[in-house]
Amino acid sequence: MLGKTAGSLFWMARYLERSENNARLIDAGFRIALTRSSTAAAEWKSVLVTAGVNQAFQAAHGDYSSARVIDFLLRDPANPSSILSVIRQARDNARTARTALTRETWEAVNTSWMTLVALLKRPVREDDLPDVLTTIRQQSAHVRGALNGTMLRNDGYHFSLLGTFLERADNTARILDVKYYLLLPSVAHIGTSIDNVQWETILRSVSAHRAYRWLYGAEISALKIAEFLILYRQMPRSLAFCCERMEDNLAQLQRHYGEETEAWRLAHSLSHEKLAGPIQSIFDGGLHEYVTGFLRANAALARQIEHDYRFVE
Amino acid sequence: MLRGKGRRISFFDEMTSQEGETRSPYRDYCGWFQAEDATRIQHKAQQAEALFRTTGITFNVYGAADGDERLIPFDVVPRIISASEWRRLSRGIEQRVRALNAFLHDIYHRQEILRAGRVPTELIAGNEAFLPMMMGLDPPGGIYTHISGTDIVRTGADEFYVLEDNARTPSGVSYMLENRETMLQMFPELFAKVPVREVSDYPINLLKSLAACAPPACGGTPTVAVLTPGIHNSAYYEHSFLADHMGAELVEGHDLRVVDGRVAMRTTQGYKAIDVLYRRVDDDYLDPLNFRPDSMLGVPGIWDVYRAGGITIANAPGTGIADDKALYSYMPDIIEFYTGEKALLPNVPTWRCSDPEHLREVLDRLPELVVKEVHGSGGYGMLVGPAASKKELAAFRAKLESNPGNYIAQPTLSLSTVPIFTKKGLAPRHVDLRPFVLMSPQGITITPGGLTRVAMTRGSLVVNSSQGGGTKDTWVLED
Repeated sequence: MLGKTAGSLFWMARYLERSENNARLIDAGFRIALTRSSTAAAEWKSVLVTAGVNQAFQAAHGDYSSARVIDFLLRDPANPSSILSVIRQARDNARTARTALTRETWEAVNTSWMTLVALLKRPVREDDLPDVLTTIRQQSAHVRGALNGTMLRNDGYHFSLLGTFLERADNTARILDVKYYLLLPSVAHIGTSIDNVQWETILRSVSAHRAYRWLYGAEISALKIAEFLILYRQMPRSLAFCCERMEDNLAQLQRHYGEETEAWRLAHSLSHEKLAGPIQSIFDGGLHEYVTGFLRANAALARQIEHDYRFVE
Repeated sequence: MLRGKGRRISFFDEMTSQEGETRSPYRDYCGWFQAEDATRIQHKAQQAEALFRTTGITFNVYGAADGDERLIPFDVVPRIISASEWRRLSRGIEQRVRALNAFLHDIYHRQEILRAGRVPTELIAGNEAFLPMMMGLDPPGGIYTHISGTDIVRTGADEFYVLEDNARTPSGVSYMLENRETMLQMFPELFAKVPVREVSDYPINLLKSLAACAPPACGGTPTVAVLTPGIHNSAYYEHSFLADHMGAELVEGHDLRVVDGRVAMRTTQGYKAIDVLYRRVDDDYLDPLNFRPDSMLGVPGIWDVYRAGGITIANAPGTGIADDKALYSYMPDIIEFYTGEKALLPNVPTWRCSDPEHLREVLDRLPELVVKEVHGSGGYGMLVGPAASKKELAAFRAKLESNPGNYIAQPTLSLSTVPIFTKKGLAPRHVDLRPFVLMSPQGITITPGGLTRVAMTRGSLVVNSSQGGGTKDTWVLED
């Protein structure tokens, strides 16, 4: 397989995952904006920071009105992470890697792009937003289904999964990075309603508020939420889950090519050292330091994969 | 040789005779069509468009808004060719392609045809598409035109003409294949009623044909790759389609480099040599070291590898000269010179405006002629006399007078019509035909049929997709 093709599959999957994650972030932000208008601006700002586009937003707009933020995140061509920009990049990468995709997978990506372009042709009204966000997530599920159901389990498949999990780990870590202060013991006033809502928002932005309830019952605590998002290996958006999958995909690629890589070594140490737990030791070392350290390691892993498999010259 | 003035224009319809009778190749189809519900066909036609969009058989228009990709219109009524008509056409095409390949070999070697005075020397020497670097070079297997598309028009029951020889990089074969695929999906029952010859083996024939031209440096099974300018090229869909269906890699210039005297592609496991490169970029862009230095599309040094027998480039560099419209007018002589036979398929009579006598006649009769640029393609820069306004005629007259050598002229042909499906029923539209021809040392393969292009506007004679033309599935009937 061409290095470029591997890179395109990796990036196609990253962008698809990003569009889904951003839809989820918008959903969580919108809920806060609706229910507690006093904190709406702060919440939108944290959504923009999480998506890594706060500076671009400020340069273009300034004040955090819901309508502006939503339009910026969904449609703005000047925002490289807007849903529209991201889905276009996913499709461009899919076209570049067309020969490595099944017809079903390509058509799912292409249909997603066509659907979202039509859906986001005009600004979305607030009462249409939930439907629009649902469609974005459904499109993403459609592509994942086609990928899972039709692709050969060969190198191309592993490159696309690597992109998915790398992007997902990045997203979960960014949410933690922006919201870590809520999880710090010093400001945790357990039981007060503000914290409960804020914590729910964190869980909601990874679509895990119900899963959490199933696992931990009514007991919402900062420690448990952090454990759930970082270390819980059955939770498909936790850092531990994502890293385990990446390690596995890289191991399969090593077997496929019969060549050991530095990327696998990095993923292995991430999965086994950084994510070994327990959660208390992470808190003892400082949650914020931990999360920024993880983001750095994850980015280094991405660069190593790109290098080991010759995505670019 | 040239037809007289003021000939009455009447058109040959391929489905229905002037007496209103259905011609024999269309009988089975028309029987089916008359029994069908028109609204069902209308519905299917809409489905076809959605199908093309989902598949991504679209092309970008530069500068257009996101999602504004264009679709080449597809018409659901097939164009049908009888077995005997096809036999005649394919014999003529094969003769022509053989002659072209022999001509290219001669032009880049001893130039016997110039010595014999059958083709004027200045037509070659002064030609931009002539590549002096190809002199004396032997492309692997002696093949120059691995892939060609011969444009054919029909003007009567037994009148076929060759309009153009596309030996550079003919496009449209993916439409031929997808059109058939779409028809099979929409009207499967039709194919049980009418015996139509298959076209789906084109990609595998292409792969075999390219592999049969592997260079001396190839050891073992030849590695074939398709070179594309990238996803923003208007024919990108076709490039990825062909690579996908051949199981070959689709490469861009930046995937390639010269390693140990071979052109190699950067794979996830390092550089791997390519034996045969089916390139869909023009000669000029192939090698920035040897051709255009500003080209980002090619591979620095590929020319040296080619010359040393390290890679096969298909089509061979320098074949573009065969597409020259001034040279076209010599094709009957070229065919006779190399095959010793008369051309089986006639040329369209052509005036070369570089010749003062021809020019005078062309200027006299401009309103009834079609004038084309010698190096033009895609239907751009041409004049269709009968459809032009006085102002357009005057402007073109000035162009002709200032640079006559840049133009050829032909009579406005009464192209045959085939009906298209419209909301008001069947309506005749002008068509042409581009059969696709593969050539290797093992022989010539012509896929039955080809791409039928159709002018979607009533009365229009311009079938180019860049000018609003559409396509049809083309059926060659079994014997």
